[in-house]
Amino acid sequence: MIDLTINTELAEKILTGFIRSELGRVGFKRALMGVSGGIDSAVSLYLSAKALGPENVLAVRMPYKTSPKDTLDDAQEMIDDLGVQSITIEITEMVDPLIGYTKDISKIRAGNIMARMRMIVLYDQSVAFNGLVMGTSNKTEMLLGYTTVFGDSAAAIQPIGDLYKTQVRQLARHLGVPEKVVSKAPSADLWEGQTDEGELGFRYADVDQLLYLLVDQRYRPETCIEEGFEQAFVERVLKLMRQNHFKRVMPPIAKLSQRTIGYDFLYLRDWGT
Amino acid sequence: MMKVKIALAQFNTILGDVNVNLNRHLELIAEARQQNTDLMIFPELSLTGYALLDLAVETAIRPHQDDPVFNELLSASQDLDLMVGFVHEDRRHRFYIASAYLANGKIIHIHNKIYLPTYGMFDEGRYFAPGDSVRAFDTRFGRVGMLICEDFWHASLPYLLWLDGADILLFASASPGRGLNQAPRLSSSEWVEHTNRAYAGLFTNFVAHANRVGYEDGLNFWGGSTIFDPNGDLIVRAQDFEQTLITAEIDLNQLHRSRARLPLLRDERTILVKRELERILGES
Repeated sequence: MIDLTINTELAEKILTGFIRSELGRVGFKRALMGVSGGIDSAVSLYLSAKALGPENVLAVRMPYKTSPKDTLDDAQEMIDDLGVQSITIEITEMVDPLIGYTKDISKIRAGNIMARMRMIVLYDQSVAFNGLVMGTSNKTEMLLGYTTVFGDSAAAIQPIGDLYKTQVRQLARHLGVPEKVVSKAPSADLWEGQTDEGELGFRYADVDQLLYLLVDQRYRPETCIEEGFEQAFVERVLKLMRQNHFKRVMPPIAKLSQRTIGYDFLYLRDWGT
Repeated sequence: MMKVKIALAQFNTILGDVNVNLNRHLELIAEARQQNTDLMIFPELSLTGYALLDLAVETAIRPHQDDPVFNELLSASQDLDLMVGFVHEDRRHRFYIASAYLANGKIIHIHNKIYLPTYGMFDEGRYFAPGDSVRAFDTRFGRVGMLICEDFWHASLPYLLWLDGADILLFASASPGRGLNQAPRLSSSEWVEHTNRAYAGLFTNFVAHANRVGYEDGLNFWGGSTIFDPNGDLIVRAQDFEQTLITAEIDLNQLHRSRARLPLLRDERTILVKRELERILGES
């Protein structure tokens, strides 16, 4: 029996404390994030509003021309519900010239351009708002590498990066995220009709259980197969984890000197705070 | 002196800034003094913060009267006893995670952490030397013993302190919270509390544990500092995750009552333990 149930009250306490601590110790009291109308950014938004007060949170909506209107409306509903500050900056005019630069550009490339444009908008707004960019990545997508490096993965801190997607859903309900946001099919919204599960080819409910065994419980892959997971599924997930590991670590520095950043020059980010 | 008021400083540190942390110690000591505290316990590495990495050597202290940090703490220990956490640099420039017991302006005892967790999220063995002795020592409240975090995940160390005469076990930790499931507390909190309660009951001892709070990068420290009595009953527990100074009085007469009822110490077969250990170690 694989049970991914979490105590959402305790999660809220630890994560709001984390947000306050990590911002406060570097002199910030405000945060901003892209709010798509999806569940991950919703949870990050609700946690930030609770941690910092809604007046100290900026929700940034960054639609592209193909972004579905109902998703934008969902984002607005949450903004109104929490009373956080908000701004809408459409990225179409910024990304279309670059997309148009290449004839028949692939969906992946166009999607990456959008994700990275949103990152540029957020980091620009962070200066104007005097806040830090909150991450919205969950553990499932980080482990699978289902993210655009230097795009949606770019953030100052990652409050929900140790919660699987199914756990993010539990926390979302606890925090009061609207049910339609919690239950809608997750999508990176990089092209029309895209859904995470359609693109990945498996369900979060299944992959979360497998990842929990492989990562949290340190099961061997062959034991997961004995436990009933299909071999091809296990192998696919392992491959995704391995080949996308580069997205989870800093770029390696070629060592030459006696003391090198990352190898023997080691400090926490919270050094001195 | 049969009634001892103990204060547990469940507080947060600035990572690597000994002077700021020293000032926080002095403020909290003043607060505890106002509450007529006899003995005050600070968490592991209370003067430096926990995940020091390369800061370990940069924050190390050679503890003696002339050290500016220890000098202040020793002055503060004139009227209440203190247990503080720091990075101990010995004469040969080895670095230890250590706790010092200060009383009456003197360093009464220093314990160097023996078990350095170097697995999973922990990397202490990379930065620190392991301590190589465990000793109980005498205070104005009787004989006590100090251990630091992973030390009391090894049953042998509290056991040795017990046999060495310690009736009060003083535990300091900087325990990172982990293991979120459906329970109202983290599994790390549950486990540590079970263990402390077990030592109190099995040794008919007092067990006082100060654990820190706050965050270092993504690590949270869960607090939940406790004191258990020789029956294994909870005397006091600080709220999880809250910065707080809690105090509670322990009654040393409880040792008489618990051990009269349950003579585990009297019946302990130490010669048998020695014989069997020698056999086991001789065979391996």
